[in-house]
Amino acid sequence: MITFMNNSDSEEEPCNERTSLMSAESPPVPSYQDSLQASEAGEVQAHRKRRTGSSRGPSNTADGDVSDMGVPVRESTAENEEEELTLKYGAKHVIMLFVPVTLCMIVVVATIKSVRFYTEKNGQLIYTPFSEDTPSVGQRLLNSVLNTIIMISVIVVMTVFLVLLYKYRCYKFIHGWLILSSLMLLFLFTYIYLGEVLKTYNVAMDYPTLFLVIWNFGAVGMICIHWKGPLQLQQAYLIMISALMALVFIKYLPEWSAWVILGAISIYDLMAVLCPKGPLRMLVETAQERNEPIFPALIYSSAMIWTVGMAKPDTAARGSSHQTWDAAEDRRENHRSPSHADSQMSETRSPIPTRPITSFEEEESKERGVKLGLGDFIFYSVLVGKAAATASGDWNTTLACFVAILIGLCLTLLLLAVFKKALPALPISITFGLVFYFSTDNLVRPFMDTLASHQLYI
Amino acid sequence: PMGTDMAQTRHRCQQMLSLSHRAFFWLVSLLLSSLIWFIAVKASDPRDEPLQRGLLIFGVMFSVLLQEVFRFLYYKLLRKAIEGLVALSEDGCSPISIQQMAYVAGVGFGLMSGAFSMINLLADSLGPGTVGIHGDSQLYFLTSAFMTMVLIFLHTFWGILFFHGCEHRCWWEIAAVVVMHLAVSGSTFCNPMYVGSLVPSYSLMAITAVWAYLLSGGSAQNMRRFLLCKS
Repeated sequence: MITFMNNSDSEEEPCNERTSLMSAESPPVPSYQDSLQASEAGEVQAHRKRRTGSSRGPSNTADGDVSDMGVPVRESTAENEEEELTLKYGAKHVIMLFVPVTLCMIVVVATIKSVRFYTEKNGQLIYTPFSEDTPSVGQRLLNSVLNTIIMISVIVVMTVFLVLLYKYRCYKFIHGWLILSSLMLLFLFTYIYLGEVLKTYNVAMDYPTLFLVIWNFGAVGMICIHWKGPLQLQQAYLIMISALMALVFIKYLPEWSAWVILGAISIYDLMAVLCPKGPLRMLVETAQERNEPIFPALIYSSAMIWTVGMAKPDTAARGSSHQTWDAAEDRRENHRSPSHADSQMSETRSPIPTRPITSFEEEESKERGVKLGLGDFIFYSVLVGKAAATASGDWNTTLACFVAILIGLCLTLLLLAVFKKALPALPISITFGLVFYFSTDNLVRPFMDTLASHQLYI
Repeated sequence: PMGTDMAQTRHRCQQMLSLSHRAFFWLVSLLLSSLIWFIAVKASDPRDEPLQRGLLIFGVMFSVLLQEVFRFLYYKLLRKAIEGLVALSEDGCSPISIQQMAYVAGVGFGLMSGAFSMINLLADSLGPGTVGIHGDSQLYFLTSAFMTMVLIFLHTFWGILFFHGCEHRCWWEIAAVVVMHLAVSGSTFCNPMYVGSLVPSYSLMAITAVWAYLLSGGSAQNMRRFLLCKS
């Protein structure tokens, strides 16, 4: 396993999509409504708008998360109602993202603190060839910077490759890649994880039982992620996959390299999503032009689309499966080199407007979802996990990083509400997380330790 | 029904958000005060015991003052948010009242403060060891737990008092909160003589609880009605 990992040359190239937050559909085209005629869409839209201001028609750039402060400007007819609903859903969406991110981080921290396997140094990935065992500080710093450069360039190459594949419509290739990735993640990594947990708690398990458990877990996971399944089960699988990926990263990235990589990835994310020629931005725009949902890849979505009274069954299927993909991550996962984990493009926030095609319901489920890329989950968890692993056994640092990341996520969602287009989810959170990690570890820890030893309270 | 459901959902979500924002503000205040203390310690002689103790006392007091400053900043932020919400809503009244936000903010502050105080202790309590083996008090964990609890409650009540004082421009309420916080922190300097720290803290908590309750609109009749389960 270890050797395999070290010499990895995984057939699945991890996809390096950067995580990005995508605001609600920016172009007024309904992404899941490919089959609808334009006029029909227009009619439905107009009708819907008249009926209730809440549903964001495709024409509205709905941004999923509107924090209490952000108010999108809407057409005047349903402006107030729209705003109300935006606000209502805004806070709800933030909470809908808080819960999975928190769960993922909790799983990672719990594993790091209990299973020693993930904090042992056992080799490095092929993408970070320079070792950090050098005596001098300067050499170590140089090695970590070189590791980062290699990792980021691999990610960039992968992302560009993916964008090209998408542009030239090589869908089969992409799907195959994703399936292979999720396969490896769900089976191999889970097997290793389970093995280590059982070892830590000294629980005996025979191979037939293990095979049964892993087989069921993996098969259900593949179905849920790539095809259809209950939304919560799919979300749970995505969280587990992200946690597994993050654990692999935490184990195989050397210390200083990990921090530099986290910083560099946020900068890359920022550029890839916001620059006009950035690969992720091009990906998002291409998908929107074609009115397709961006990838069945590793995107965590928090709500289901309810398509009521659909004339075309496959649209309904497409609608519901749209929510359920997120398997793309596997791409990331598959890579042995966790380097590509962050490649997930996270469209974080595209609230999927529920649209009743028959506009008779006044209240069809107004479940607008928000979407966050799995890469974001993974890198948040890597940061918190690294803090838990290396902060000299201190829980305060972990807690501080956790709060910092959540606040960063909040701010990003706020910006999303204001700007209403795809935004990178990593930069703000990772910056806060890094700042808080280093400052808490070096400044707050001695202070709190001294206070605790004298039993003083502030 | 849809209106109320909407208001309730928004209410809950904003309360949860407020909690996390509050925690962040407390964290920042702690960070800044640790920075000051750290600089002071590094700049001084580590072997000088009384000086170190003096610096620690200074650090604690400074931290308390910074926390109150950040509580005020948070109040300002919340005020702006509520004004924004009121401006957006149809009927001109906000779904969240400032008192509810004050309560949530206080809880957030308290939870973060309590978590930071206790979590390392809890982690250590799992491990092998003996409490007070070197002659320190054997009641360390117990008293730490009680102290943390009283501090969390106090932060909640202080939040209500502080926000009420800011709302109605009663500066003496704000000053009272600051003085109380300093007093409670100062009383912990008596540890391990726990009588000197726990007893005053709990009595202060009782006083503050009654005060906050009265400020939030409670009264003796309400209490009696509640206790007797009258509608």
